[in-house]
Amino acid sequence: MTLALAGRPDDPEVTPELVHQHGLSPDEYVRVLAVLGRAPNFTELGIFSAMWSEHCGYKNSKRLLKLLPTQAPWVIQGPGENAGVIDIGDGWALAFKIESHNHPSAVEPYQGAATGVGGILRDIFTMGARPVAVLDSLRFGDLDSPRVRYLFGGVVKGIGDYGNCVGIPNIGGEVFFDRAYDANPLVNAMCLGLMRTDEIIRGEASGIGNVLMAVGARTGRDGIHGATFASEELSEDSDGASRPRVQVGDPFTEKLLLEASLELIRSGHIVGIQDMGAAGLTSSASEMAGRGGSGVDLDVSKVPVREKGMTPYEILLSESQERMLVVAKLGSEAEVIRILEKWELEAAAVGTVTADGHFRVRENGRVVADIPALPLTEGCPIYEREGVEAPEIRDLRERDLSSLLAPEGDLSARFLDLVGSPNIASKRWIYEQYDSTVRTSTVVGPGGDAGVIRVRGTMRGIAATTDCNGRYCFLDPREGVKAAVAEAARNLVCVGALPVAVTNNLNFGSPLRPSVYFQLREAVLGMAEACAFFETPVTGGNVSLYNETGGKVIFPTPVIGMVGILEDVSKALGHGFQAEGDSIVLLGVNREEIGGSEYLYRVEATVAGVPPRVDLYHERQLQRAVLSLSAKGLLRSAHDCSEGGLVCALAESAVGDHERPWGIDVALADALAPVALFFGETQGRIVVSCSPASVDKLLEEAAAHDVPAAVLGTVGPRLGTFSLRAPRGFVRVGSEDIARRYHEAIPALMEGSGR
Amino acid sequence: MKVAVVTFPGSNCDYDCYKAMQLFPGIEPAFVWHREQDLGGVDAVVLPGGFAHGDYLRAGAIARFSPIMKSVSEFARHGGPVVGICNGFQILCESGLLPGALLRNDTLRFRSLDVHIRVESTRTMFTPRYREGQVIRMPIAHGEGSYYAAPETLAELEGEGRIVFRYVRRDGELGMGSNPNGSQHNIAGIISADGNVLGMMPHPERAVEEILGSSDGRGLFEALAAHRTGVAA
Amino acid sequence: MKRYHLEVRVKPRPGLLDPQGRAIQHALDSLGFAGTEDIRVGKVIDLALMAGSPDAAVELGREMCRKLLANPVTEDFQVTLMNGARPVEGAE
Repeated sequence: MTLALAGRPDDPEVTPELVHQHGLSPDEYVRVLAVLGRAPNFTELGIFSAMWSEHCGYKNSKRLLKLLPTQAPWVIQGPGENAGVIDIGDGWALAFKIESHNHPSAVEPYQGAATGVGGILRDIFTMGARPVAVLDSLRFGDLDSPRVRYLFGGVVKGIGDYGNCVGIPNIGGEVFFDRAYDANPLVNAMCLGLMRTDEIIRGEASGIGNVLMAVGARTGRDGIHGATFASEELSEDSDGASRPRVQVGDPFTEKLLLEASLELIRSGHIVGIQDMGAAGLTSSASEMAGRGGSGVDLDVSKVPVREKGMTPYEILLSESQERMLVVAKLGSEAEVIRILEKWELEAAAVGTVTADGHFRVRENGRVVADIPALPLTEGCPIYEREGVEAPEIRDLRERDLSSLLAPEGDLSARFLDLVGSPNIASKRWIYEQYDSTVRTSTVVGPGGDAGVIRVRGTMRGIAATTDCNGRYCFLDPREGVKAAVAEAARNLVCVGALPVAVTNNLNFGSPLRPSVYFQLREAVLGMAEACAFFETPVTGGNVSLYNETGGKVIFPTPVIGMVGILEDVSKALGHGFQAEGDSIVLLGVNREEIGGSEYLYRVEATVAGVPPRVDLYHERQLQRAVLSLSAKGLLRSAHDCSEGGLVCALAESAVGDHERPWGIDVALADALAPVALFFGETQGRIVVSCSPASVDKLLEEAAAHDVPAAVLGTVGPRLGTFSLRAPRGFVRVGSEDIARRYHEAIPALMEGSGR
Repeated sequence: MKVAVVTFPGSNCDYDCYKAMQLFPGIEPAFVWHREQDLGGVDAVVLPGGFAHGDYLRAGAIARFSPIMKSVSEFARHGGPVVGICNGFQILCESGLLPGALLRNDTLRFRSLDVHIRVESTRTMFTPRYREGQVIRMPIAHGEGSYYAAPETLAELEGEGRIVFRYVRRDGELGMGSNPNGSQHNIAGIISADGNVLGMMPHPERAVEEILGSSDGRGLFEALAAHRTGVAA
Repeated sequence: MKRYHLEVRVKPRPGLLDPQGRAIQHALDSLGFAGTEDIRVGKVIDLALMAGSPDAAVELGREMCRKLLANPVTEDFQVTLMNGARPVEGAE
């Protein structure tokens, strides 16, 4: 073995201990030695550590991710790029992706969430697309805890302040509260962007001699080793010790960078562009070289820095925000600088594209790191771990819940309690903090089943949703993720959109635990099955592991971000009832399924039982039926039945307007245990409303699609009674009482204390 | 009718204003970058919403010193119609083209929702298409929209009928639940003493098509489109 | 010309409703810090500049406040010379 590349005089010596601190196992270090043919110096160790972290290298998930379906005729770009891209017709393409910022948000919720939004926006506009909508999928612990309220409030404000300033409407998402997330909140942000199909650009370093340029904000010492940080469990002292690793976002610079980047891409002066996100300059430069099949030679002393005396190690691994690496055509550097200057930003040539396939780094001309690019980006060791279900979870799933099905008669009090659960209650407190109407294209905003925006200059619209019930996934990961995929698809068809593609965010605990690896494997298998069945390929996403603290692991939370297309956006449908006297119809079948329900958590303080099962065939028929009904203009509203079951779905359709809620008069024929009939979360059900004159046609259409349908009752009057009768139980409450509970629950929790 | 839409670094409703005005025959919108010295022979100016210069220091404080603002002030002094929406309203107040200031919402949170506003005066060049007392609906989206002015300024605004829009409830009344941000006297929009500079926090450009939920903002642009012919003046 | 450090304090004018100060007061109350009053939230701007004399430096700072750093409708300011000692009141 040859000697190490001479280190810099002040750099620490590479010892086994230092290797360990960098998160590389002894086996992985052996592979580093093999790739280099020598020992790494300190700078090189930092580079390998970042690139072979879970966050960049997907070493514990890659093998599983290969099982997901990624192909369809409309997929332009599948996994492996900054974002997936699909063809949506009329010459337009949609770039979209979801990404997590869980660990930073657990330490510093405001900046963690804000920079999460910043990162996902950059992933979209580096594809050449203009961001047109964001969604956020959030998980928190119990709002009774002041710490959780602090995290929740900070995350919501961080998402809002960043997205509002850049001017991208927030059109939806979801939030879910459960003690399983007390110490580990999940913050997943999804972004959608539009471009013409010929405007796509990729993160490739191609064209020997072309110039690498650092663009945007200057590089500082913030967030060094964030990628490694995101790939390890939070320790007890994460609060203090990790704070310097959290990056600070500047949405104003992001807005300028967005405009400058799109102008650069359209100018034809650059051939590739990539965000300097996780692992900063290191990952952007080496990945661009890897994709381009080229090498790069860069000099860190040419990178504009914010602080004096930064070492190559720091410059290479800094995760300062709002920075891009672009590959300019040789001779176009001045043009690139001119465009950046117009937007009051900097650009500096920092290196060149080479033919030798090496990731080479200099400091004032002297080589300080020299690594073959492809083994660095693609040679990360890949693991298949042992996966075994935890017996205690199996016991919970197999628990006999029949005694909990006993309550009969008047269930009004239980219903009101459930409506006041933060998981059911209105999320207006959250989304009022997000600008949802900027860009003047929002047709269905947050609070609905899915968000819808129009595509200007066409008849079309795009719909998007994020879904995942972590409780189901905890009790049965394979069935749970199938439910998440099915729910996402149902949400899209409720607004009138055909589901077409998926981005996913796999939030799990440590894959080194067999019980967690089991969950991960099962979830990916379930996702693969459901996505293939619904023809919604996975075009990319994100993996966030090690979401655990002090041995307490989060619920497995494989979030599904799904997009759909409306041929005629003027037919987009909301979930609220529209007119007195309209008929309420249930599409789908009620079953006696109470396992994993919000009712059990809220009313019985229980997380147990078999979560609701998905019948894929039936789901697909239901989707087709609703789309057909919606296209024919037969529906006035459509709403998915999810957490809180049928009665909560009806309530959500009734009390959306807090000043003028609708009463309803509904009778159910099912002789099931009423708590299961009312609050069970059986899948494959959508509550629709239509004019009484349309009922017959609606039932015919449902039958033609092999979808069971039942007329439940009628809407109205406003401020009337919300009345629901079944053979063994009933609910009867004033609609204003429901509206008050529904709309005031979260504000009361967030503002009731300390004020 | 050529209308300048001034784009500051950080403006994010410039495109929305541009696209909205294109819907009105007679209005020809044009972007003007904040570093320009000259508005270039336009008939009206719109200062759009957003976060000009990041809203750092105070909303509108830095934008006020953008090169184009000299020209905008000059244009306003000669009676040219100027409309500031949201951040544009904040910039107008910071530049002294309108009195008062916009403070942080009393809820301390950004608020994005549809509000009802009442047209208090139809005798302005911007509001003849509305009825006096008409309740219209459009979105707000701001963190610093709480209108504040010294008592004597408020008395002046009230006395001279220069409060153009006031936040109200759906039924058109003031009181509980009507004021989204703590603005004094429920002020949502005011006009200059000369009647040619309008500032408002709600977004009329987001309420010009039914598919977006409201078309109540159309009246304002229709009036602007008709302005040159004297129909609206 | 010499280099001077200024500290500029900007705070809401007396009588102006300060919802942020009110929220902090409530939070302090609930944490058991009873009896706090008159909480006002402003900002501090540190800057260095070249000037001919300490007085000239302070006057420049005041000019900056009048033009940009403070809003005369809602804010008062105070400019303090940091490497010279004496604070200079600057409420307008």
